[in-house]
Amino acid sequence: MKLKELESCLQQVDVFEEPKILLEQYPTSPHIAACMLYTIQSTFDDIEGKLVADLGCGCGVLSIGAAMLDAGLCVGFDIDNDALEIFRRNVEEFEISNLDLVQCDLCSLEEKAYEKKFDTVIMNPPFGTKHNQGMDMRFLRTALTMAKTAVYSLHKTSTREHIQKKANDWGVKMEVIAELRYDLPASYKFHKKKSVSSCTASFILSLGTRFRSEIEKTVNQISTCFYKCFICYSHMQT
Amino acid sequence: MKLLTHNMLTSHVKGVTKGYPLLIKATEVKMNEVEFNPQFVSRMIPKLEWSALVQAADELGQRQDLPGELVPDYEKNEDFLKKVHRLLLEVEVIEGCLQCPESGREFPISRGIPNMLLSEDEA
Repeated sequence: MKLKELESCLQQVDVFEEPKILLEQYPTSPHIAACMLYTIQSTFDDIEGKLVADLGCGCGVLSIGAAMLDAGLCVGFDIDNDALEIFRRNVEEFEISNLDLVQCDLCSLEEKAYEKKFDTVIMNPPFGTKHNQGMDMRFLRTALTMAKTAVYSLHKTSTREHIQKKANDWGVKMEVIAELRYDLPASYKFHKKKSVSSCTASFILSLGTRFRSEIEKTVNQISTCFYKCFICYSHMQT
Repeated sequence: MKLLTHNMLTSHVKGVTKGYPLLIKATEVKMNEVEFNPQFVSRMIPKLEWSALVQAADELGQRQDLPGELVPDYEKNEDFLKKVHRLLLEVEVIEGCLQCPESGREFPISRGIPNMLLSEDEA
């Protein structure tokens, strides 16, 4: 499937009807989702035939994209019933069958739950701002325990140094893969109409494929993992 | 909920030491065709808790002639891989619940989605 084709399919995915501010339900734009997934597959071969988890899947744009790129199975995890209901309807409309959904609180998972069960984790986690400080890092930590091969995640630019520091603390390395620009729609009332390009950016962390064999040898130890990342510049409307 | 997903789910109710495998009480099950990918199925098999899959298949009346022990050289056995594929990916529990084997806590499955959320005093 071509990138353009993937993006145009993902434009059909319905998004949040009433986004919940406490859960930071910003939709992932079809453009970002398509670029992210296409790169993960074409450059790193981490979707097709893989067991993929999508953490904080919301209405499912990343999961549906991963399923379209022939993931063996993609499992979407989210805490919010309303988002999952929209996701479920999307799945029905797309007639996709290599997808599954689980409602759970990723922040209260035990450390060993789903340990290394998935090949690849993809996610656009809560940015961890406002009421949710640190949420992005909790998602990342959970994702790192769940993935055997790779984690790809979107984060704000302003948190890059912090993530780099955390990655060092956890013994993981990360690398920028690509930079993408996008506009965040004015989802919430506190976003003023005029878009100001404060250039917050996001990372997609991923484990470099060539380090896979090293990881096999160091079970329960992430210290030799090597992480790459996308950077996405988003124009936050503040 | 597919049985591949079920194979990974555990009950984390406070105080429970062995919340696995979750018992399946299904009131509605459907078959949903999924493209057969023998490499994917072969790769999933060693990661599975085989006995939990067998138990789940039994509970849903879908076991057919699935052996209790994993067969050797399954990678080359297409017939076997197809059976496992069907169980892991095509059997879907739509309505019912999952029950924690230790605490008895039931996690509802509604419209195919298991709800694993715990209340504050359970977490």
